[in-house]
Amino acid sequence: MSTKPQPSPFAPLVRAVRSDPRAAWGAGILAFFLVLAVFGPLFVGDPTALVGVPLQPPSWQHLLGTNGQGQDVLAQLVVGTRVSLALGFTVGVLVVLVGALVGVPAGYFGGRVDGVLSGLFNVFLVLPGLPLAIVIAAYLPSGPFTLGLVLVVTGWAWNARVLRAQTLTLRRRDFVAAARVMGESRWRILAFEIMPNMTSLIVAQVIGSTVYAIGAQVGLEFLGLGDVSAVTWGTNLYWAQNDSALLTGAWWTFAPTGLCIALVGFGLTLLNNGFDEVTNPRLRLERSWREFLDARGHEASRSTPVVRDHD
Amino acid sequence: MNHLLKRLFFYAGAAWTALTLNFFLPRLMPGDPATALFARFAGRLTPEGLQALREAFGLTDAPLWKQYFTYLAHVLRGDLGVSIAYFPAPVTQVIGTGLAWTLFLAGTGVVLSFIIGSLLGVVAAWWRRGWVDQWLPSFFAFLGAFPYFWLAMVALWIFGFTLGWFPLGHAYADDMAPGFTFAFVADVFRHAALPLLTVVLATLGGWLLTMRNAMVAVLGSDFVNLARAKGLPPRTVMLRYAARNALLPSITGFGMALGYVLGGSLLTEVVFSYPGQGYLLVQAVRNQDYPLMQGIFVFITLAVLAANWLVDVLTWWLDARTRESAS
Repeated sequence: MSTKPQPSPFAPLVRAVRSDPRAAWGAGILAFFLVLAVFGPLFVGDPTALVGVPLQPPSWQHLLGTNGQGQDVLAQLVVGTRVSLALGFTVGVLVVLVGALVGVPAGYFGGRVDGVLSGLFNVFLVLPGLPLAIVIAAYLPSGPFTLGLVLVVTGWAWNARVLRAQTLTLRRRDFVAAARVMGESRWRILAFEIMPNMTSLIVAQVIGSTVYAIGAQVGLEFLGLGDVSAVTWGTNLYWAQNDSALLTGAWWTFAPTGLCIALVGFGLTLLNNGFDEVTNPRLRLERSWREFLDARGHEASRSTPVVRDHD
Repeated sequence: MNHLLKRLFFYAGAAWTALTLNFFLPRLMPGDPATALFARFAGRLTPEGLQALREAFGLTDAPLWKQYFTYLAHVLRGDLGVSIAYFPAPVTQVIGTGLAWTLFLAGTGVVLSFIIGSLLGVVAAWWRRGWVDQWLPSFFAFLGAFPYFWLAMVALWIFGFTLGWFPLGHAYADDMAPGFTFAFVADVFRHAALPLLTVVLATLGGWLLTMRNAMVAVLGSDFVNLARAKGLPPRTVMLRYAARNALLPSITGFGMALGYVLGGSLLTEVVFSYPGQGYLLVQAVRNQDYPLMQGIFVFITLAVLAANWLVDVLTWWLDARTRESAS
């Protein structure tokens, strides 16, 4: 985290993809799924059409077989990708936005404001998320809006906590003090001094929250709390479970969907780790520090690098 | 003590928030919850029965604040209303039927994954860049990317359906008489094996990483270097000096993780038709059994809050620093 405002939050992301092979893999996986989500539905048929005998294993005609209702699993998977990713990324952004709206003022203003806001996110941190989500979703009309709302309500608190902590440390830096002495208003300091320095953290949080949003969304839909007539990754799994596909050994109805969810999650995590390596000075130094010690015949395995110039 | 009291007040506040949410949610629902409930019972209940039901749910004509306080009073007395699907059984009784199973499944799962994960974390940090450190965190990160319940489905398909090693669901065989006989206990463990496996596999990675990172930090500290310099056996340094002091973040994280672990085990229960709280909760949602659903939510929340407070007590007892800063 540099103390100078960064030109663009995406610059380190690009740097991560260029310099770290894992981040490049993550970006590649994500790019594949984004292309699949945007263009894939054009190439598969209607996912809800009844195309054949239920629970047929994969064949040339239906590459991933048919589900318990005789629909094409591949078509369902591809169309589901679009819906699930769209909701996942939207919720990922919203969760961080709400977290920032609560966490940053809490850290910056301190005092009573901090007391109230911290109390709020700490309460939401200890309430068990899934049961709360189930109860809220059960009362609202099912659909993507309800799902999104429920996921934001149960997911924002962690981000608020992290952003509050980061704001607290930034608030004490010299350049913030300088801005205050110059008579900048508090809101201006927040918007132009503090926020730009948190962009890399916020990008990392959006990536992490998207992983959360996709996983939690699929979980809720699996329980039948989404719109079960829609085609998404979660409802595919819901129907796989409900049509007893599992008890008849129809692995093709649930295995591909789970693999896709995991690949997207894994891709996002890889990207985030690479991003962390680029923006976290300690991690950035670890590799060179190890090489430095090894070159001098020291055992590097049990030391943790600290930020320093040893070159 | 002051510190623990403060935490207790905080959890009381959290419990109050949960109860308040629980009270207002049905009343914010589009349409009238009472009508929806009564429609389901049309023809099955006498008008007096409906009125009794209405009162049991707290859906009276009294002003909202009065309903609210009546509701709080009921909950404090342990009265969570009457289940619709299991009418006229009280919600607490229905919850009671699934309680032991969830405690068994989630409890055993959490403890097993905590012990195994933390030990692996110690190993990973001690032999840094050894094969445990190189491969296991990535492996569990990969595993963690899969939805919790999907792992359960795959485990069920491979070990239950294809290989036939384990039963396909439920907590014990239908022809078993519950009791403390060897056959019954063995059967319960056979049925719990796959759900436990998924719970442990899905949560182990977190403990591994937390322990590994704390261990790496502790291994660099002076007292560990001193212990090594004194020529103490490596095993003593590893376990009695380093691991012991590195355990604290894991214990603090225990309370936080509990909600997540419980959520996951609820989903696992659904996959395996395991008759615990999760299975009950989903059945309640599908049957529109709102009182049962809300009762389970209140119950789980209170349990998680209580567990969190116990973790606070444990941390306070283990970590002299929390006691110092309080006094």
